[in-house]
Amino acid sequence: MTAPLLEVRHLKVEFPTRRGTLLALDDVSFDIAPGEILGVVGESGAGKSLTGAAIIGLLEPPGRIGDGEIRLGGERIDNLPHARMREIRGRRIGAIFQDPLTSLNPLVTIGRQLVETIQVHLKTGAEQARRRAIALLQETGIQAAEQRFDQYPHQFSGGMRQRVVIALALAAEPQLIVADEPTTALDVSIQAQIIGLLKRLTKDHGAAVMLITHDMGVIAEACDRVAVMYAGRIAEIGPVADVIHQPAHPYSVGLMGSIPSMAGERERLLQIDGAMPRLNAIPTGCAFNPRCPQAFDRCRVHQPGLQTVRSTQAACWLHAAGHGGPA
Amino acid sequence: MALSAPGGGAAAARALARFFDGDVWFSFRTSPVAIVASLIAALCMFCAVMAPWIAPHNPLDLASLDLIDARLPPAWMAEGRSKYLLGTDDQGRDILSALMYGSRISLFVGLASVLLSVVFGVGLGLLSGYAGGRVDAFIMRVCDVMLSFPSILIALLIDGVGRALFPNAHDTLAFTVLIIAISLTGWVQYARTVRGSTLVERQREYVQAARVIGVSPARIMRRHVLPNVLGPVLVLATIHIATAIITEATLSFLGVGVPPTSPSLGTLIRVGQDFLFSGEWWITIFPGLVLVMIALSVNLLGDWLRDALNPRLR
Amino acid sequence: MTALIEVDNLAKTFDVSAPWLNRVIERRPRQFVHAVDGVSFAIERGRTLALVGESGCGKSTVARLLVGLYEPSRGKVAFDGVDTRATLASPNARSLRRRMQMIFQDPYASLNPRWTVRDIVGEPLVEHGLVSDPGQLRAEVGALLSSVGLALADMEKFPHQFSGGQRQRISIARALATEPEFLVCDEPTSALDVSVQAQVLNIMKDLQRERGLTYLFISHNLAVVRHVSDQVGVMYLGRLVELAARSQLFQAPRHPYTRMLLDAIPDIAMTGRARTPVQGEVPNPLNPPSGCAFHPRCPHANARCTTERPELSRYQGIQIACHAVSEGRI
Repeated sequence: MTAPLLEVRHLKVEFPTRRGTLLALDDVSFDIAPGEILGVVGESGAGKSLTGAAIIGLLEPPGRIGDGEIRLGGERIDNLPHARMREIRGRRIGAIFQDPLTSLNPLVTIGRQLVETIQVHLKTGAEQARRRAIALLQETGIQAAEQRFDQYPHQFSGGMRQRVVIALALAAEPQLIVADEPTTALDVSIQAQIIGLLKRLTKDHGAAVMLITHDMGVIAEACDRVAVMYAGRIAEIGPVADVIHQPAHPYSVGLMGSIPSMAGERERLLQIDGAMPRLNAIPTGCAFNPRCPQAFDRCRVHQPGLQTVRSTQAACWLHAAGHGGPA
Repeated sequence: MALSAPGGGAAAARALARFFDGDVWFSFRTSPVAIVASLIAALCMFCAVMAPWIAPHNPLDLASLDLIDARLPPAWMAEGRSKYLLGTDDQGRDILSALMYGSRISLFVGLASVLLSVVFGVGLGLLSGYAGGRVDAFIMRVCDVMLSFPSILIALLIDGVGRALFPNAHDTLAFTVLIIAISLTGWVQYARTVRGSTLVERQREYVQAARVIGVSPARIMRRHVLPNVLGPVLVLATIHIATAIITEATLSFLGVGVPPTSPSLGTLIRVGQDFLFSGEWWITIFPGLVLVMIALSVNLLGDWLRDALNPRLR
Repeated sequence: MTALIEVDNLAKTFDVSAPWLNRVIERRPRQFVHAVDGVSFAIERGRTLALVGESGCGKSTVARLLVGLYEPSRGKVAFDGVDTRATLASPNARSLRRRMQMIFQDPYASLNPRWTVRDIVGEPLVEHGLVSDPGQLRAEVGALLSSVGLALADMEKFPHQFSGGQRQRISIARALATEPEFLVCDEPTSALDVSVQAQVLNIMKDLQRERGLTYLFISHNLAVVRHVSDQVGVMYLGRLVELAARSQLFQAPRHPYTRMLLDAIPDIAMTGRARTPVQGEVPNPLNPPSGCAFHPRCPHANARCTTERPELSRYQGIQIACHAVSEGRI
């Protein structure tokens, strides 16, 4: 059993406001193995982007890590000074964000942006960096890479720009890539191209990926394991096929059932009444209990930890030892 | 809204409760600058409005003046008298009372001009932004032309023309011309700001929804777009009050502002200037100080308001 | 029986030329975008037609043309047999507007942030003179809110106090106020979370059944379209390339673009399926390809496809615009 690349233990992220401190992430723990693609899925407000931001070290103030540990390759990275974190970010962790328009500096050619990243993190010479950059662009499927090397971001289309961003993220040979909604802003036919590209390249370069998205279809196509988040906590985590086809947590059940699919016929989509609670109104006990059709007394009082259910882990008292499974 | 009258009192109480619970009020009570500035502005407003009742003397009543009391220094100085707290001018008028009456005039002219500017500027801005095309181009060119003139020159021009047309005008007419002159220097900023916001709001789906329902363009402009573009106008207007008061003071200082029978702060400064070098500094310095205080406090309030409203504007 | 909506060769061209001065100085030609380029379809009463396509295909423009937010450059829209353009320009516009309404994509921008929900939902009632006093307004608005699953007390609140899904329900309530027969829905659930989307789609289906509504449903999400539609039209660069019954389109897509789309969509039920790699991206609408707009990306394109534009025509029970299909090559 290889040591995990990324270990997150009991991560808490909080936002102090004038009305008190809001807990945006509560006791989040998970691992990512080297070379694995972990999907983090959830609806808006679930905290998935915050988890990615906390790992990269780009939490927007006043947000801050309140408790917990993040370890990359065994060493802690959540409490590093800024300069050291800057080195790690880019060299060992790469990032891909949603909007390719704003991820690239519009005033600098993409070639130069790539070369800068390579030189800063890999400390190579200019010529070697340039060759490496062109090779990366070719790998991401950009035709005529040598000529396009000297072009500006606005001369590329949306899908092309996202390929450049992927090349940029891989430039320094990172061990982990955090991708936050990488395909959401792209056309549907391009989405499939980009997902395929991401999968292939990360396998070729041996990088693990934390893929954050709200689109379950993308997760199904791209990921090995998936973590379902709800109200700042992980509701269920496990291999993708198991979570999709045999979800254990009632929220996952509702979520998978409410997604219209290309296969199967359903007259009415499964509907979870109500909405995700706001940060200042998270219920005591299990955050999902007011909307859960199977909630009982314990759910309203104690917050469940992750319990192992067959091949996944779900944070649900229904599956706790001694309860006897769901009704 | 025509059919929403019942429960108005309850709705107002709810609105008030919501305001005091909101971010704007919080920002106000935690900002010492805003509190002090608003207190000073409120004090000046109060004195100005209540002048006929709380001023110790009436400087406009020529019969009450006593030449023996002329040119007395402020009360705390050697020859001062406690009856005239800030001293008297060359005619025996109490400076403190003159200040109160003077700020009354200044504030009245300032507020009236701003009001007129806002109505005119917002109206044109809305029309320009919503109608687009040639109407928009024309109005914007007019704005450009107005901006290329220094505001004082415009005011001087209009005022001069007014005086030439009505040489023996009585006070009301003189005030009207002055207010129009000052308001014509300031409307452009509102027009441009509102036009920009209108262009944005016009594309938004709630305006399109109103069009699909069949609401007329005039109603859409008035009831949908206008409430959403007024935020920046409030900030601009607050700061504009200070500018308008100073413009009026400048014109009065130059002798082409308010009629001499109703001296404003600017007039007082001008009159006092003649006595500055004979050592009777109080006649010009105090009106100057009050002018600065009003302008500064209103400006600071405007700054605070802009920052307080900002997150919500975004 | 005539269909409720009949669209015939509808087109809309936008002039996106640079300002006159720039054109003269820089000698630039005028530029036009043919956002909708000759689209024809019909919608039967009580049915749902979905228009799908990627960005720039013109589906949102079609939606706006149908409700009169844009004027057509060419072509005709007939509502219950009557030409909409003529009616909307006439004094009878009001009666037509009562019968068709629209729901928009962005739940945050489709409600005026300064108005209460009561005013928002009640505006159509007031505008069309359907209520005579405040009491009646409150009663009607209350009934509308209940029909979309909201509480009466929500009337006094402001939009920012509601979530995205609830706001979209308020939009639906507003659209239903005049008891329209036809609803144009422009990506109504694209901005919503999946579980909220399910709530809104269920409500829309229930309302259609209860009130016999006819829907034009615009979306880029084929899975959602599969769930809600009776008939599906696939658009590409302003043209309809395939128009077929729902089951037919999803089981046996004929047009190469439809096949490519269906193949490309990541879906939770089809994990690990081998895919045909997709070529290229949507071209710039300012400079569309000659002949068939899809030919640069089409694996079946021949010389005819590069020069001659295929027309939408009947073929084995569907309508399709493709030379390869009509020639029997695929």
